[in-house]
Amino acid sequence: MAIIHDGMSPFELFRPASVDDALNLAKRLGSDAWLLAGGLDSLERFKDGVIHPKTVIDLGAINELRGIRRDGGDLVIGPMTTLSEVQHNPDIRAHFALLAEAAAEVASPQIRNQGTLGGNICQDTRCWYYRSGWDCYRAGGSTCYAGEKKEGQNREHAIFGIEGCAAVSPSDTAPALVALEARLVIQDAKGKREVAADDFFIGPATNITRLNVLRPGELLTEIRLPATWANATFYFEKVRDRPVWDFPLVNIAAAMQLSGDRISKARFVLGAVAARPWRLPKVEAAVAGALRSAIAETAARLAADGAAPLAHNGYKVILAGNLVKRAILGTKEA
Amino acid sequence: MNTSILETIRPAGMTRRQFIKSIIAAGVVSSSALLYSNPVGAAPKTSHGAVERLITLNVNGQQRRVDVLPQETLAQTLRNKLGLMGLKIACDRGECGACTILVDNVPHYSCSILTHSVRGKNVLTIEGLARPDNTLHPLQQGVFDEQGFQCGYCAPGFLMSTLGYLKTNPNPNRQELAHGVSGNLCRCQDYDKILTALMRGAEYMRKG
Repeated sequence: MAIIHDGMSPFELFRPASVDDALNLAKRLGSDAWLLAGGLDSLERFKDGVIHPKTVIDLGAINELRGIRRDGGDLVIGPMTTLSEVQHNPDIRAHFALLAEAAAEVASPQIRNQGTLGGNICQDTRCWYYRSGWDCYRAGGSTCYAGEKKEGQNREHAIFGIEGCAAVSPSDTAPALVALEARLVIQDAKGKREVAADDFFIGPATNITRLNVLRPGELLTEIRLPATWANATFYFEKVRDRPVWDFPLVNIAAAMQLSGDRISKARFVLGAVAARPWRLPKVEAAVAGALRSAIAETAARLAADGAAPLAHNGYKVILAGNLVKRAILGTKEA
Repeated sequence: MNTSILETIRPAGMTRRQFIKSIIAAGVVSSSALLYSNPVGAAPKTSHGAVERLITLNVNGQQRRVDVLPQETLAQTLRNKLGLMGLKIACDRGECGACTILVDNVPHYSCSILTHSVRGKNVLTIEGLARPDNTLHPLQQGVFDEQGFQCGYCAPGFLMSTLGYLKTNPNPNRQELAHGVSGNLCRCQDYDKILTALMRGAEYMRKG
């Protein structure tokens, strides 16, 4: 019979049935343990032989990590809820359509059927130097190949916050969660803590080897959407090379509270332009109190404030401005 | 007719497919470790929550006992141990759709899901569509009538994706169905005819 050369290295597999069991395992195994959500990001890297986990903790059998429920004023989403469930959930569609739209734009139907919201926001970067196992800063090495001036292949890389690493966050749902001021509950064997989505995602200046604040032994257990932005006016758009599978070149998630055509307050978040979802505070300040049609052009010019594009990704600066304009006007025709 | 090496060694009267299946059936117990280029360690310790190797899967309505490694994908188990060759392992990275199967009626890439994670669930592959008397499933009949595929390599994946999508929307328009099967690729670029055939199959399914 054929030999399968593409198989993954052997690992020990655990399928705990509760959060407590998973946390105890994670504590006991420490950095030897790899937490597996939908598995689409992880299995690819195991097969590529870039990561060889000794032990995998599959979270798929933990029912308490699944599902969408109301808790007081919050809508609580279990991180193991699939992207398809997020996309089709009536409560999310009715009140937080921004997140449903973002989930609907991820990858392909089969991937949304298996990929989870928690996995989508915790997935690692797609920088091919890093994923191919190059010894870059993010991998503990001593350079950033993508940012290298002459040879760096950086069409898909960052234009903001490049401090030693030009990798970007590839998530479509993460910018939506930041725009909606989601709060993320993180648990370990000792207890739980809650962080704002704004603070959950981190750039290379904070930690060059990680895209979020999760530490070994910790587990994301709840994604909470407060009522703050429920039923606001939303805009999500993802620009990519092909309409299925692709990660964003740039995406935008915007939430606006309007009175008539006037914006009272708003949040604008770009994805795939930095290692974390990139908020646009200058745009948010400029649009507050302004008429949508009057402020769109001015705000668009502020979108790429502080951008430092690399050799091959200057187009992202233009995209960022145009996406901000479209978000404010609420039309893909703008 | 070409005589391949396989032809010369298989017993007279057996089809190629039957022959391959008989080899798989005979080889499962003794050789599962040899399938993999990496050495497989001793049986896992019975740590709390660790998976057992010998498990029962519900595949196409049958209970199948099978020895599954922790790192084994469902595509490997179905093809190499249960002899279900309809699904194809093409990209092995969840980027083509040729390995699509249904788990509890929902389409998944079987190359990108660990076999252990489908314990207790119902797995359906293309082999489970036709009736035992070989009457085609209406979706298969539609594809057959329209001759929707060129080489057919991607067909099992497309059919399983369609079947899963039709559970959520039994009466789609062409555009909706195209979006429903957008996670499957055809390298013959035969999409127009494929969609016509799948639409025909969906129509047959609605008629029952």
